[in-house]
Parts: sequence; structure tokens; C-alpha cells
Amino acid sequence: MKSVRTCLVVDDSRVMRKVAIRIVEQLDFDGIEAGDGLEALTYCRAAMPDAILLDWSMPVMDGIEFLRQLRAEPNGAKPVVVFCSAESRPERIRLAIDHGAAEYIMKPFDGDIIASKFEAVGLI
Amino acid sequence: MTPADLEFVAELVRRHAGVVIRADKAFFIETRLGPVARREKVPGVPALLEQLRRVPDPVLTRQVVEATLMQETSFFRDRAVFEQIGKTVLPELAAAAAARGDGRLRVLSAGCATGQEAYSIAMQATDLAAPAAVEIVAVDFGSYPLEKARTGLFTHFEVQRGLPIRRLLAHFDKIDENWRARADLRQMIQWVELNLLDDLTRLGTFDLILCRNVLGSLTPQAHDRVLAALEAACRPDAVMVVGALETSTLSAAFSPMGPRGLWRRRTSLADTPAPAPASAPARTQA
Repeated sequence: MKSVRTCLVVDDSRVMRKVAIRIVEQLDFDGIEAGDGLEALTYCRAAMPDAILLDWSMPVMDGIEFLRQLRAEPNGAKPVVVFCSAESRPERIRLAIDHGAAEYIMKPFDGDIIASKFEAVGLI
Repeated sequence: MTPADLEFVAELVRRHAGVVIRADKAFFIETRLGPVARREKVPGVPALLEQLRRVPDPVLTRQVVEATLMQETSFFRDRAVFEQIGKTVLPELAAAAAARGDGRLRVLSAGCATGQEAYSIAMQATDLAAPAAVEIVAVDFGSYPLEKARTGLFTHFEVQRGLPIRRLLAHFDKIDENWRARADLRQMIQWVELNLLDDLTRLGTFDLILCRNVLGSLTPQAHDRVLAALEAACRPDAVMVVGALETSTLSAAFSPMGPRGLWRRRTSLADTPAPAPASAPARTQA
């Protein structure tokens, strides 16, 4: 039996997490959530997800720092990371890509945009 | 919108653009004609159509047809098709163009709407050894979508549909809340306002023609006429791309390049296979 793939949604806004979880579940992912980078890292150490939808600006640990530490973990190269942030300055987006994000979504987004980006990186 | 209103608009569009409007599109038509009614300062779409029935003003007729035909499009629409174009078709055509001597690789985007298809090809052209040799002609019936296409400006939402983030960073500048295609892309494309039913010979001939999601909506007569004109605009060895889900079958001078709507023109008659058996129609209509 094919196991269900997981997508970890990391965002400090509860509302944003709910919206994103609903979208990734429509794309046949098992959606799980974390409120900041540290919480996300704890989750990843227990079970690496297949995909991570990652906010940038968060308390405790931000998206870039989380990504840096994730990639240093055993098996930390596995998750496909898609940034999802209100940050839309080109040089900042490039920074996220240089840290190993596969794609980048600028907020506000909708289901079509997430589906389009997931398709572009081969997740669906 | 009443059934009579819908039939009135459908007839205008059939007559002027050869396009068939299906009855279930009534809702979209009313939405699209709303802005035209506002521009004309008439209270709503029924009043707009009433005015047009009384005075068949050609400019207003054109605006109504144009608004009705407005197409949804996105960057790299049908990703697999663009993968095939970027990985094999464009490099091969570029090599052939270079070997031919003139070096120019001419591309036609037929029914280009707001230009995403033309810009997608332009971006892929920058991956080639000699992007400057690529010349893209983008044609559409509508002056409004072309005006937008020419500016190269796309919204936050448009640049996030189908356009990989690396391509966005490589080829666009952020201007306030929008993104603008850089000058090197814009200079590659020539925008032409033209009805595909009109004479296409003035556009010249092409190595690559894209006409996707256009043919399927045409009346049988318009379909055959446009397809024949596009085939006639193909250079030897040219590649023609129709919509992946469209059923248009090209003439025997073309052979399919896989399942995604790409066809290659045979170099000479010697390459043309024997006529298909009588049981298989040479041409299926959309």
C-alpha cells in the first residue's frame, strides 16, 4: 500500500496554517502544522515530511534559520521546501532560494498557486 | 442576459471571429461585457446590447467580440509541452536555422492573448547559444490584451501561475506590486493585432508555430481555414503546436512528435508516407 505523503505547514498565523492545510490536503498530502521554526525542527527530527510549506518571519526561529538547521540534520535534504511568505523583494527571494528552497510563493496566494508551484517542483 | 441576448452576441462572435460560443458560457459573457458597458456608460449589459442592435457601430461591435473572446492563459501552460519545446524543439530549430545561413529562428504565437505564451518562449530562447537570433511574432484579435502584453507587466497572481521562481528572478523586475519582463524579452517579441481569419501571409514564414486552445473553439469552416493558413506559413521542418487536448489533425505534410499536440512538417514530399487507408479520415475536425 502506498503510504500517504506528509506536508508540514510552518507559519505563526493559525488562520494561515488552516488555509494552507486545507489546500495541501486537497492535493492528497497529510497536512501537519508547526507555529515556528523550532517546533518544525522538532517535528522533522522525529519524522521527516515529504514537503514543507515555510513562512519566513516567525517568532523563536525564522524560516531561513530553520532551513539552515534542517539541511544539517541527518536525512534533512529529503523534504522539498517551498517558501510561503509576504516577503516579495527579489533579493530576499533569492536568499531563500540560495538556502535550498525549491520554490517560493508570495503571499497572498490561492489554491491554484500552491498547486502550480507543487507541480513545478514535482510534488504532484 | 436573455437567450436572445446570448444568441445575438454568439452570432457577432461567429461572424467576426469564426468562434463558436457554447450556451453554457452565458455567465462568462455577461461578466466580460460588464466592463465594456461601464466604458460606454450604459446601465448594464442588456442595455449595451440593445444599443448595439439599434446602431451596429463597428467599433463597439469589435469591443464586444474582443471582450467575449478574452482568453485565460498562464506562463508555461501545459508544462510537459514546454519541456519538450525547451529541451529538444528549440535547440534543434536553432541549430537548423544557424546551419541554414540566415540564422533567424522565427516563432509565431497565434492567439497570444495577454502574452504569457510568447514570453515563455522568449525565456526559453535565452537558454540558447544565440538568443538574439530568435524573433517572436505574437498575434491576437484583441487590442486590449495586446496592449497589456506589450507592457510586459504582470500581476502578483499572474507571475505565480506556471512561472518558476528562478525564471521570475532571472527575467522580471519588480515594479511596485507588479512584475515586468525585462527589455531583452520584450525586444524579442513583435505584437500584431490581427484576426486569424484575415490574410496571414504578411506575417511571413515560421520555424515554430504555436496555436493552442484556439482551433477547438472555431466553426468547422474557420477551423479549416486557419489551420490551412498556419500550415502554409510553416517553413520546411517547422514545428506546429496545437493544444494538447485538441483534436485537430494536420495534413499529411506533418507528422506527430509524440502525444502532446506537437507536429513536424516533413522536409520534402519524398518523406510523405503513402496516403492513409480509406477507413481512416485524413483529417478529423474539432
